[in-house]
Amino acid sequence: MSQKEQNEKEPLFSPKHIKLLTNPLDDDNPITVLVLGICSALAVTVMLQPAVVMTLSVVCVMGLANLIVSLLRNTIPPRIRIIVQLVVIASLVILVDQVLKAFLYDVSRQLSVFVGLIITNCIIMGRLEAFALANKPWPSFLDGVGNAAGYGIILIIVAFLRELLGSGTVYGYPVIEYLGLYEFGYEDNGFMILPPMALITVGVIIWVQRSRNRKLIETN
Amino acid sequence: MKKGNTYIFLYASGMVVIVAAVLSTASILLRPFQERNIETAKRTDILMSVDKAQEIRQAENRFEYIEEEYERYITESYVINHRGNIQEGVDAFEVNMREEMRKPAEERNLPIFVCTHDDGSNSYIIPMHGRGLWGPVFGYIALEEDFNTIYGIILDHESETPGLGAEIAGESFQEQFRGKRIFDEDMEFVSIKVIRPADPPIEGHSVDGISGGTITSQGVEEMLYDVLINYVDYFKERKKD
Repeated sequence: MSQKEQNEKEPLFSPKHIKLLTNPLDDDNPITVLVLGICSALAVTVMLQPAVVMTLSVVCVMGLANLIVSLLRNTIPPRIRIIVQLVVIASLVILVDQVLKAFLYDVSRQLSVFVGLIITNCIIMGRLEAFALANKPWPSFLDGVGNAAGYGIILIIVAFLRELLGSGTVYGYPVIEYLGLYEFGYEDNGFMILPPMALITVGVIIWVQRSRNRKLIETN
Repeated sequence: MKKGNTYIFLYASGMVVIVAAVLSTASILLRPFQERNIETAKRTDILMSVDKAQEIRQAENRFEYIEEEYERYITESYVINHRGNIQEGVDAFEVNMREEMRKPAEERNLPIFVCTHDDGSNSYIIPMHGRGLWGPVFGYIALEEDFNTIYGIILDHESETPGLGAEIAGESFQEQFRGKRIFDEDMEFVSIKVIRPADPPIEGHSVDGISGGTITSQGVEEMLYDVLINYVDYFKERKKD
C-alpha cells in the first residue's frame, strides 16, 4: 500500500461520503428544504433544455468552488473570506460561460445571462461558508456536487412540468400535439410559463416531499 | 496562524493577479473557437433566411458544411448608404447592424447579401436589429427579385420571455412572413404590420403577433420598419431597372 493510501482514513466512497452526495437530493435539498436558490429556479425552468444545461453548469461551478475553497481554507484570511469565495465563484462562472460560448454556442445563446447569474446563486456561497471552509477537499467536492445535483433535480422536475403544461412540449418535442389531445379541446396553460407558477410548483413539490418524508416537518 | 493586515493585502493582491492570469489565458485560448462560432452562426442565419443550410443538424462538420453552403449560395455582398449608393471598401459581413442602427440615418452602412438560388433567381438578404421587451431582437429578411415580396425571414432575440415573446424565433411565426409585401400597390413603403387578434388584418402586409408577447411583436414590427426604410431608395432605384 502506498503512503498516500495509508494516510487516507476513509475510502473515497465511504458511506459517510456517499451521504454527502445523496442527502442534498432529498433530506437536505437546497431548494425544497433549505429554500435557497429560488430566484434562478424561476428564471430557467420554462423549458427543459436550459434547465439541464444550467444544472450541469452549476454542478461544475459548485463542485470546483467547494474544492478550491477547501484547499485554500487554511490560508484564507477570515476577514476577507466572503470576497475570496466570491472571486472563486465568479472566476469559475466566467470560465464556464467562456467554455460554453466556445463549444456549445447554441446552448449558450439560449441561456444568455443566466449563466452569469450563477454567481448570485446563494446555494453556492452557502455551501462554501457552511461546509468547504471547515472540511477536507474531497468531502467538500462531494458536498458541492451533491447540493448542485439536489438543486438541479428540482430545476428539472419544475422545468418538465412547466414545459409540458405550459407549452405542450418536452425537451422541445410536441408531445401533446403528438398525443392528439388538442383535438379534444385541451389547451396549453399559458399561466405555467409565468414566474409565479414556478414558485407554486416548487411549493407543491415541497408539500409532496414532506407528506412522504415526515421527519422534514417542523414541530412548533 | 496570525493573519495581520499585511497578510490580508498580500493575499488579496496575489489572488487578483492569479485570477486575472487564469481568466485572460482562458479568454485568449478560447477566442478563436468563439469567433468561429459567431461567424458560423451569422452565416447560418443568413442562409436560413433563404431556406438554405437545412441539413445543418445532419452535417458531420457544422463549420465546413456552413462554409460550403455559404460559398455556394451567397454570391455577392455589398454595402449601400441610405440614398442607395454602393459604399466601396466596406465588408458587408463585418458590418454590425446593432451599431449601424445607433448612427444617424445618413451615416449608416447598410449591408445586402445576394443569394443566387439553384434556378438562377436571386434573393436579397438584409440584416436587422431592433429592440424587444427585455433586450435586442434581430434577424435577417430576404426579399425576392422584385424587392417587394418577402422570400423568408429569420428572427432571434437575446432575452425575451420563453414561451411568449421568445416565440418570434419559432417557425410558426416566421412562416407567416413568406409572400408578404413591403410596398403597397402605389409603391408606397408600408413595411409589415405585426397585429393583435383584435386588429383587422391588412391583406398582404400583416402577420399575426404572438399572444402574450405584444411588446416583442411590436419590437419586431418597429425593427422591420426602421431597418427597411433605409433601403427604400435603393429598392425603388433597382425596381426601375
